[in-house]
Amino acid sequence: MTPSLHLWLIPILPLIGAAINGFFGRRLSRQTVSAVALTFCGAAFLMGLYVAARFPSLELPHAEYLGHWIRSGNFMVNFEFYLDQLTLVMLLVVTGVGFLIHIYSVGYMWEEGGFYRFFSYLNLFMFFMLTLVLAGNYLQMFIGWEGVGLASYLLIGFWFTKDSAASAGKKAFIVNRIGDFGFLIALFLLIKHFGSLNFSQLFSSIAQQPAETAGVGLLTSIGLLLMVGAAGKSAQIPLYVWLPDAMEGPTPVSALIHAATMVTAGVYMVARSHVIFGHAPNALTVVAIIGTLTALFAATIGIAQTDIKKVLAYSTVSQLGYMFMACGVAAYSAGIFHLMTHAFFKGLLFLAAGSVIHAVGGEQDMRKMGGLRQYIPWTFMTMTAATFAIAGFPPFAGFFSKDEILARAYEANPAYWFIGVTTAFITSFYMFRLWFMTFFGDYRGREAAEHGHAPAHGHGHGGHGDPHESPMIMLVPLMILAVLSVIGGWVGIGGRFEHFLSPVFGEGATAVATEALSRSTEITLMVISVVAAVLGFYLAYVLYLKRPELPQKIADSLGGLYQAVVNKYYVDEIYGDLFVKPLVDGSTRILWHGVDQGVIDAAINDTADGARHVSDSARQMQSGNVRSYAGWVAVGAAVIIAYMIWMGVR
Amino acid sequence: MNPTLPVGADYVRILPEIVLSIFGMAIMVLDPLVDEKKSQQLLGGLGLIGTLAGLVSTWIMAQSPGFAFWNMVQVDGFSVFFHVLVIAIALVLILTSYEYMAVQQLRAGEYYGLILFGLVGMCLMSSAVELVLIFISLEISSISTYILAGFRRRSATSSESSLKYFLLGSFATAFFLYGVAMMFGATGSTNIDAISAALNSGKVPLLAYVAMALMFVGLGFKVAAAPFHIWTPDVYEGAPAPVVGFMSTAPKAAAFAVLLRIIFEANAPGRFWLIWLSAVLSMTLGNVAALVQDNVKRLLAYSSIAHAGYILVAFAAKPELGAPAVMFYTAAYAAMNVGAFAVVSHLANENERYVTLENYAGLGRSSPILAGTLTIFLISLIGIPITGGFFAKFYVFSAALQSNLVWLTIIGVINSAIGAYYYLKIIVVMYMREAREEVPVLPIPLALRAALALTLAATVYLGVVPGRMLTFVQQSAQQLLQAEHTSAREQVGNAAVPRATQ
Repeated sequence: MTPSLHLWLIPILPLIGAAINGFFGRRLSRQTVSAVALTFCGAAFLMGLYVAARFPSLELPHAEYLGHWIRSGNFMVNFEFYLDQLTLVMLLVVTGVGFLIHIYSVGYMWEEGGFYRFFSYLNLFMFFMLTLVLAGNYLQMFIGWEGVGLASYLLIGFWFTKDSAASAGKKAFIVNRIGDFGFLIALFLLIKHFGSLNFSQLFSSIAQQPAETAGVGLLTSIGLLLMVGAAGKSAQIPLYVWLPDAMEGPTPVSALIHAATMVTAGVYMVARSHVIFGHAPNALTVVAIIGTLTALFAATIGIAQTDIKKVLAYSTVSQLGYMFMACGVAAYSAGIFHLMTHAFFKGLLFLAAGSVIHAVGGEQDMRKMGGLRQYIPWTFMTMTAATFAIAGFPPFAGFFSKDEILARAYEANPAYWFIGVTTAFITSFYMFRLWFMTFFGDYRGREAAEHGHAPAHGHGHGGHGDPHESPMIMLVPLMILAVLSVIGGWVGIGGRFEHFLSPVFGEGATAVATEALSRSTEITLMVISVVAAVLGFYLAYVLYLKRPELPQKIADSLGGLYQAVVNKYYVDEIYGDLFVKPLVDGSTRILWHGVDQGVIDAAINDTADGARHVSDSARQMQSGNVRSYAGWVAVGAAVIIAYMIWMGVR
Repeated sequence: MNPTLPVGADYVRILPEIVLSIFGMAIMVLDPLVDEKKSQQLLGGLGLIGTLAGLVSTWIMAQSPGFAFWNMVQVDGFSVFFHVLVIAIALVLILTSYEYMAVQQLRAGEYYGLILFGLVGMCLMSSAVELVLIFISLEISSISTYILAGFRRRSATSSESSLKYFLLGSFATAFFLYGVAMMFGATGSTNIDAISAALNSGKVPLLAYVAMALMFVGLGFKVAAAPFHIWTPDVYEGAPAPVVGFMSTAPKAAAFAVLLRIIFEANAPGRFWLIWLSAVLSMTLGNVAALVQDNVKRLLAYSSIAHAGYILVAFAAKPELGAPAVMFYTAAYAAMNVGAFAVVSHLANENERYVTLENYAGLGRSSPILAGTLTIFLISLIGIPITGGFFAKFYVFSAALQSNLVWLTIIGVINSAIGAYYYLKIIVVMYMREAREEVPVLPIPLALRAALALTLAATVYLGVVPGRMLTFVQQSAQQLLQAEHTSAREQVGNAAVPRATQ
């Protein structure tokens, strides 16, 4: 029996912070608000470190039971927290990166209205995210799952005076609902067939079942439904559309929620459910295919974006695709490894992009940047580290994790590997495109300002001359993350990270890895992915630094294809025409004007003449209606009676 | 066995009904005697005490479970649950009406009396196990609600609402009564236990099917299930806002109680596709039509149709899973919907001027408390965790899936995703739109604060620690379903059948 670590404190701490700022923040000074937010978030991080320190002495998996929550018949759900190696990694990433982003936000949001509201939401998000990560059963996980969606919705719409922000928040919420319901149905199926949602009970009873190799059986359906949920939260095809729009939120939010933590919840959930997927190889294949396609698809869109945050958003979608690809080939630890390094470098990229946006007075269009490296050297340096990390240059963090995924994908199916490497090349290209456009060449912001361009961004710094470096409070988190982006991947050398996670995912997966690939194949693959990264760099160098007139020519010669990419393959429009419009039109024209007011009246008026006397007394009101309503009731009743008679005589 | 005179225990088993009637009559008698200025406070206060006394007497009643008045009334966990539920809803309604009536400059008078009389009907509906008594209590409840719907006498829409409700409602109850008569013809009894016994022994006569259909029409109308929902938007739009909160929950809960008895206890024949289709239609029509509404009351009316659909999903499930899910849902829905309407009533202001979506713009800033509470109710209506609405949906869909109703569950789940949109629309408008026109927000009086606090507490309680409530509804449902097996058999031989054939 291991002693209690009071794991429940970890999510509760930020909740207290959220409550204090939410209820009293209006009356507190900015200093106090930020102190409260940072204290409680930092305390959660310290708790995480404490758990890590105690970790070697624990009997794993370590579960802490707090009391029963629902007990009905033999179905029981408890308040319980669950700690194993996977949880620990997630816990440290979420609290650590989360804390850094909290610090950064103090500087970034200092001049914004609703300062207390922002930090209250941010802490609330931490509460739900930690609930999700530490949950000991699926229901508790689902609470966190929905909660982070809600917090994300609040934060995307933070600048609610902007219409685009409000509608982006709504879009994120609705799309996530679709995914959540996949998740929910999966939970119902688990309750129905296994009578439990508790991780340890559930997984041990599933482990005894035979794997479903053919067709779509129960576990495959559950796996697929879980993947629907994961695709919603982690922005995978076909539910990825909300993430790029979510960039309407403040940049620290994009860094925390839409890059480092929340969007990776889907990956975490799939990894957590690895026992289910392990028994449903067909579902796992679907995960791999979705991940691989998303990685490529989103990367190609990233090429043609000009908004710095949109590039990063599509890049996030693409990198999440890598993580699902890893899970899909049962290389869960590689997926989680990439999740971790991605949290470092993508969190950093967003924060640095925020610093850039801050420097140029709210401008997000990269065509109006350029040459910024002289003005904001610290931002430039940190962003460089992150760019090299995501592009996969050794010895930066991204190299190790991406390489691990690609090697494991190659074992499973070289096609995954091929698409993965292609994506790595494209990734390197669009990231260096961003890097060159932003930091090299000449600053193009001034002429734009002189042409009376109003900053599109809600950030109120407009109308100043030269770009300026951000304050220290924003730079320090950047530097820490930059260090992590460089060295963060080293924990994976020699399979150490994988070994650490092996008690969770089983030794089997590790054993396969060491056997399957010969040393020479492994090195060949590594060289190829480095070459892909270098090619991407070179291409971006040629196109955006050496011969900047070329991109336009290429775009012109590509014509329609280029237009399709710029317009994100028209997916939003297609969804709009396919799902949204018919629903709204249908409900307006047919159901409301039609059924409610038109059709029924028309249809009933002929048949219900006999019922006219009913409404004689009500001549002064819209007399047609009552009559037609009564007619409607009569028709319904007739149908039901007819049906029941048929049932009776059958 | 000859009918004997009722004994003391019989009266204890209808004590809440007696107490509520006395208070109702007291209000009616006092009304002309008190000064009009004071009447609001005095009569409202009396109504409030009446509901509290009703709750206390329900507790007393719960101490002596069993049959009363020659097996016409049955006190068990099931009826106690619905007694508490409808009385609690009325309590919140009275707390909300206090201010509303003053702002609308309506005479208090019989308003509070009618609420209590309506309650008597609804309470009796949940404990009656005899179809004629059920019909009478249904009428008591309905007639009070018809009048309450038209209580804004100066408003044409309110009168229209009342008249429509009355005409269509009478039409529908006629169906119910006709069904009762046919059921009597088919089984020789109007006692639910006896009917259950008759229907479950050998071939079910055709007449019983027809009777079932007719009763379903009547009750389907009362719970606003498609295709008998058509009256709902018009009536809800016109009726006074607090009354709508009441109408959409209390009489519905009582009607669901009756449906539970008839469908599950009497094990109604041939019901499956009927309920299946009605559930699908209600959910879909309600949600899709709500998408384009811009009057908040009308929007919530369509939403209530959709929620009736979710509840019907549970009716299609296995009885032992469906019945508790229905009970939990009615309670959770009552908490969140009454709460939402309390906010709507407060904002409506004089003559219910501000009830369109547009009027809610900027509420997040002008009144953070109201916007915040309404947001929580809406989140619960969407079905997001840590609110009662989530667990309500969770149990319903989980019951459906465990009964192998895969398609019904999927349709329900898709529907609640569609539903999220229009509730969210209200939240977006409140927080993310600037007010175009100045909408005055009156200070929130104490009574309304209490009403909001109660509904909010219930919504969150059911969402955070639903365990107790769930255990309770499961036990009561158990009692309800066991009645089918045990008492029904006993009844056949003695009291019920001879009495009914007299």
